[in-house]
Formats: sequence, C-alpha cells, structure tokens
Amino acid sequence: MGAVLGETLLELTGLTKAYPGVVANDDVSFDIGRGEIHALLGENGAGKSTLVKMIYGLVRPDAGQMVLNGAAFAPAEPRAARAAGVAMVFQHFSLFDALSVAENIAVGMEHPPKPRDLAARITDVSNAYGLPLDPGRLVGDLSAGERQRVEIIRCLLQDPKLLIMDEPTSVLTPGEVDTLFATLRKLRSEGTSILYISHKLEEIRALCETATILRGGKKVATCDPREQSARDLAEMMVGSALKPAQAQPGDLGDVVLAVNALSLPPQSAFGTALKDVSFAVHAGEVLGIGGVAGNGQDELLACLSGEVTTPLGTMTMDGMDFSTMSPNTRRGLGVLAAPEERLGHAAAPDMSLTENALLSGMVREGLQQRGVLNWGKARSFAEAIIAKFDVRTPGPNSAARSLSGGNLQKFVIGREILQSPRVLVVNQPTWGVDAAAAAAIRQALLDLAAGGAAVVVISQDLDELREVATRFGALNGGRLSAVRDMAGLSIDDIGLMLGGADAAA
Amino acid sequence: MLRLEKRPNPSRFWAIASPIAAVIATMVAGGIMFWVLGKDPLEAIRTIFWDPLFHENFAAYSRPQLLVKAAPLILIAIGLAMGFRAGIWNIGAEGQYIMGAVIGGGVGLAFYPLDAWWIFPLMVVCGGLGGAMWAMIPAILKARFNTNEILVSLLLVYVAENILAAMALGPLRNPDGQGFPGSRNFGDFPAAHNDFLIPAAGVHWGVVFAILAVVVAWGVMRFHVYGFRVRLLGESPRAAKFAGVSPGRMIVLSFLISGGLAGFAGLFEVTGPGGQITESFNSGYGFTAIIVAFLGRLTPIGILLGGLLLGLTYIGGELAQLMLGLPGAAIQAFQGMLLFFLLAADVLTNYRVRVRG
Repeated sequence: MGAVLGETLLELTGLTKAYPGVVANDDVSFDIGRGEIHALLGENGAGKSTLVKMIYGLVRPDAGQMVLNGAAFAPAEPRAARAAGVAMVFQHFSLFDALSVAENIAVGMEHPPKPRDLAARITDVSNAYGLPLDPGRLVGDLSAGERQRVEIIRCLLQDPKLLIMDEPTSVLTPGEVDTLFATLRKLRSEGTSILYISHKLEEIRALCETATILRGGKKVATCDPREQSARDLAEMMVGSALKPAQAQPGDLGDVVLAVNALSLPPQSAFGTALKDVSFAVHAGEVLGIGGVAGNGQDELLACLSGEVTTPLGTMTMDGMDFSTMSPNTRRGLGVLAAPEERLGHAAAPDMSLTENALLSGMVREGLQQRGVLNWGKARSFAEAIIAKFDVRTPGPNSAARSLSGGNLQKFVIGREILQSPRVLVVNQPTWGVDAAAAAAIRQALLDLAAGGAAVVVISQDLDELREVATRFGALNGGRLSAVRDMAGLSIDDIGLMLGGADAAA
Repeated sequence: MLRLEKRPNPSRFWAIASPIAAVIATMVAGGIMFWVLGKDPLEAIRTIFWDPLFHENFAAYSRPQLLVKAAPLILIAIGLAMGFRAGIWNIGAEGQYIMGAVIGGGVGLAFYPLDAWWIFPLMVVCGGLGGAMWAMIPAILKARFNTNEILVSLLLVYVAENILAAMALGPLRNPDGQGFPGSRNFGDFPAAHNDFLIPAAGVHWGVVFAILAVVVAWGVMRFHVYGFRVRLLGESPRAAKFAGVSPGRMIVLSFLISGGLAGFAGLFEVTGPGGQITESFNSGYGFTAIIVAFLGRLTPIGILLGGLLLGLTYIGGELAQLMLGLPGAAIQAFQGMLLFFLLAADVLTNYRVRVRG
C-alpha cells in the first residue's frame, strides 16, 4: 500500500450512533494496533454490538470517522468491509446442517473456487492454524467447537487484516479454548489484528494486550488488561462495586428430584440420544450439568419440562412419578423449567410480555379460572417479573422480540423463579447476559435453592457452574458422568469429565 | 433505494389503516382496468359499491342479498381463521360445507312430510356434525400420521362434490320431481325450511349463527385459554409446546370447529336461499371464505367487515355485469386485486419503509 505502514491498523474517532430512545454509541474513539489482540468489554447494552456492526458495515454511524490502514473507511455493507480486510465470527453461527463444511464455506463466498481447490485450501489453512477440519463432513455432525472452526476458517480464507470475534469461547470446552487461543496468537504473530469481545475477564487478561471498556455507549477506558485485576475490569464495566453470587454450603435435605436410567432416542436427524442418565438432586442443592453444546442438554431439559414424556419410573419428585405428565401438570406439582433458546422456545417473539408471562405462569399463578384468562393478573405478574429482575423495557405491553437478549433472559428466568418452584431446571441461564445481571440471576438461583428447592443448572459456562453448583456432572454424547462434589474438582478434572473420560468417583 | 425494516412492535395505526388503504388502491387499480375495458370507471365503481345498497330500483332486492351472501362467508371464515391463526390449514371448507348440507338436509328430508318443531334444530345439529365429521378425516390423519392437512382437506372437496352429485341424482332426488336431478324443495317442507326471519334485511338463521360466531370467536380469542393457545401455536410452535399446548389436540379441535361451522353454513344455505340439494348448489363459498378470513386479518371483527365487503362486491359485480356489460372475469380480477392489495398493505403493519440514498 501507499504510505508507510503505521503501527495503527484501525482508528475510530468520535463514532456515534443513536436509535430512537437510546444512544448506542456516544463519541467512541480508540485505535486498534497492527498485530494486536484488542478486547472490547462491556455489559449488555453497553454498545459493543453496535460498534462492531459499524466496523463490519452492518450499521452506519451517525457521526465520526474510521480510518483503516491510513485510508478513510466507511463500509456501506459487510461485503465492502470484507473487501477492505475486515472479517467477523459471529456468536451465532450461520451454517447449514445438511451441507458439508466446504459447501458451507462456498455458500458464503463471492467467487467460490472449484470444490476440489476449495477443499484443499480449507485443509491447508486449517492445518496451518492448528484447527483440523475435514472439508467433506456434514456440519450437522460437528460439535459446536468444530462449527466455530468452520466460521473461523471461512474468515481466514479471506486473509483478513482485522478479525472480529464475538464471544468466541462461550461454546468451547477448556481444551478447545486453549486451541483457539493458540490459533489467535499465531494470527497475531503474523500481523493480523483481532478485536475480541468477551465477558470472561480471565480470558481477556490471558490473551489481550489492550482492552477498551464501554459503559452506556461511552468509552470508559482503554487499558492493558494484564495490569488490572478481573475485579477492577468488572467494576469499570458496571461502574460500581460488584457482589459475586455466593453458594451457601448448607445441610442438604432429602432427595427432591430423581432421574432414573433415562434414555431417549434422538428426536430429529441431528438430535442427540440420551443414554441411561441418572442423577438425584436434594432439597437446597444446585446440581450443575456441564458439557459442550449438542451433547444432550436440550433433550434433557425437554424430558424434565414435559415437552417430551418418558416411560414411567424415569423421573420422580418427592417420590411422585411425573415421567408421563404433561408440562402443565408438572407445573402444578412445582416442576418448572427455562429452556436455553429465549426467542421461540422460552418466549413467543411477537407476543407481549404479559402474554409471555401467561405462557408458563398460567397454572401456578392462577391466571385463568375455568378457561377464562385473567389479563389483569397476568399483567401484574409480568410487572412483578420486570420489577424484581430489573428487566429494561417500556412495559409489559412490549413484544418479547423488542427486548435485548440479556433483558429477555432476565424475564424468562425471573418468570420461573417467581413461581416458587419445588424443582427448577434451567439451561444456559446467563447466556449473553451482562456481568451484573448474570450475578443477579445466579444469586436468585442460589436463593431459590437456599429456600429448599432443588435446582438443576445446565450450562456451558464452567465459571458459572463453579460459582453456583454444589455438585457437578458432565454430559457427553448423551451420557451423564458420575456426579461429583464441585468443591473437590480441579479444572483438569472437569475437562476430563467433559471429554467423557469419566474416572469413577 | 427503498428498504423494509422490521418494526420492534407491530404498528397499531397500520393494523387499521392498511385494509382501508387496500380498498382505495383496489378502487384505483380496478378503475383503470374498467377504463381500459372501455367502461366509465367511476360508474363501474359506483355500480359495485354503491348501487347495491342505495340504488332506487335495485336496492330493495339487493340489500337483503348482502346478508344472504355474506353470512355463509363469515360463518365459514370465522372457523377457518381460528385454525389459520394456529398454523393449521383447513383448505377444504367447501367439502365440509357440502357434507353439512347433504347430511343435515338428508336427515330433514327423511322425515318428509312430518310437521314437527324439532326437525329443523335436528337438521342444524346434523349439518354441523356432518361438516365436522368430514373435517376429522384430514385432522386425524395429520395428528396421527403427520400427513399434509392442506392437501388432504383440499382433495376431500372433490370427493364431497362427487358424493353430492350421487346424492342429488340418487337417494335424495325428489320422488315427485319428474326425474329432474335435485332434492325436494325445502320451501315446500315448512318444518325443514330455513325461512327469512326478517325478509327485508335478508336475515335467516344462518345470519344469526354468523353474528353469534363472530361474537363468540371474539370472546374466545381474547379472553379464553383456547384463543391464547391458538395464537401461541401459530406464533411459535416450540414455545407452545413448552407452554403445554398439545399440537395434536389443537389440530383436531381446530378442524372440529371450522368443519362444524362450514357444515352449519351449508345446511342454512341449502335449506334457505339455495332451496334444494342440487349438484351445484355450492358456489365456492368454502374457498371464498379463505379470502374473507385473510381480508379480515384473521380477526372476528375484521372477518365480519371483510365478509360484508366481499358480499357487496359479489352483488355489485353481478349488477355491473347486468347493467354495464362488464365481463364476469373482470369482476373476479377486481376481487383478486382486493386480496392482493390487502396482503401488500399488510407488510406495513410489521415493517416500516425506509428511504436510503
């Protein structure tokens, strides 16, 4: 290129973007150096996504400039950003299950090469960066970590100067995280810059040399995360002192929830079968179930919520068999669940929050009498959830889809907790939720257990499980490992359990 | 460049304004079509929308016709819409309408010439059951074996038409009819006749049932668990399953309701305005009701208005054929435009148009 290559790759000056009612980015300026792994930190709604979308050409700034490689940079669409050397790995993968790895990559390319050449290039690049991947495999058969590799390799084939990664480790096992970090460090050594969005402060401290912290759309600081403690970083994000959730090791009560030799055939072509899953949860206890996505978490939740019924004898609460009961009969008993997918599973996107409160609260909150709905009461229930769990929304009439992911998550979890369940099963309770709200949700789960409920937390976030769970089991290929006390487990033990190497406890 | 942007919340203004905009656009585009056909567009529009209700010579005949035409459309569309909202597609209302008429009418004719008060109520019940029974075939196949309810219900229309032909020419043929096809005329069988209750307004029992259906459906959709489940299943099947809604049960119930209402409509038509069971008494009401359901945005009040509007274009269209010599195909194209513009304007409820340079 023309001028002397500077130290700075991308220079952001005064970027501002307002949406009706909210300023998502307010005069944000910082530089990303060449060959730098730059962390972007902030709570939900701090403006991280908007900022990244402006860089990637998905959103146009209202004011401010970007300079890439010494030249003005104002991408009108992602294609322009990609042409300028900016690539992005999204948090949600956009892959087709029924296509092969190579086909998926070709779909996203403007001028895909011949299939055989592409397959060779995929193999080359994946080996060069330590991300082995067979171009001929069906994406539907890949684990979440392998799917992420597909997305990363898709980006690397464009030979990017700047790689944006949005929460890349949320779906990975500890071992896979190490592999990913090795790849990112290799990229850095070759001069590629990486903009790394994450909530996991320890990771950022291990990987990044610069961090920019956003709060309420404004830049709070740019600092070297290695020189800050995780706690300091978190407090900069939140703007106040943090109170981490505390598990209270108390006396365990009787067994409340017992799952006995539960097996379930796969429910769809790419579903996972459950194989002989057994566990028991006592009153006052939080059982953490770890595992990489797609190892049977959704299926286990569906069995417990009643969306799928199982043979008699597989599930009991306080000794009562509920295996064959419908979801609402279970709710009447006190068995509640909150699935992982917020939009379209835990909540109906186009329905109001009042209607979504009715969705699972009808039975226990008495929101209907002889088939007639009590809208007033449903509205009050929705308002109670909004108030108790600090859901940021104009009111209970808002459609669920108008809420940000983290806010909807608070609503969905709050809806179940407020019904004072006897058994609560949650899947990924703080997925995409900011640090302060995640701490609040975890605390609410712990309080619920302290009140005598049996809580099952299914999560891919091991830090979360270490924080809330008293005992831990790992799902691998639809099998549950032996359940062990959390206190005695090292990260290596957990890694082995997640990998399916189950040393008998 | 124009771009559509999804609204975070559906627009209340456009939910009401889009049907009005669609009617106006239909009048403009239809007017152009009539003008191209060499007719005075204003006169044609007036003949279709105004004369049936207010013309000094025709209104006395055509005004009652409005309710006569609209009632079966509304009654059927109400049932269909409650299924459509749940994503359950009963396309075969025409067949259920025929079976309601054949079974309900047949039961009545079996008692000819008995004069008893209970004959007509019994026929109504049997008409509803006939339609519901016919609807159970696609419903149970769908719930049990996951067959496509659109295909099965649609194909059963043609089966029903053949049954109707066989009945009109066979067992139900008027024994005193000199061999002509068609049943006895219900006008000659007072105990089974769906006579006008208010002749000047065109009100017969079918109209009463249609209005009742609108009111009940409105209440159910708004205040009853069933209505909530219908909407939930339509909006988000997985969330519905999580909420404990059983899709199989909803399919059966939905077909039961829509089939039953179509059966009622068929019985009221054949024992009233239609007069007798003939090979071709069914004039496509079961299909037109699908248009009415969407014209009314699948809401009961909207269907009431949509049914009246479409009924009006039917009567007005006939009048325009008669008075102005407009071809029947032009009238059908005009009705098609109405649905086309309505669906197009519908986009504005959920999307906003942004101009981007």
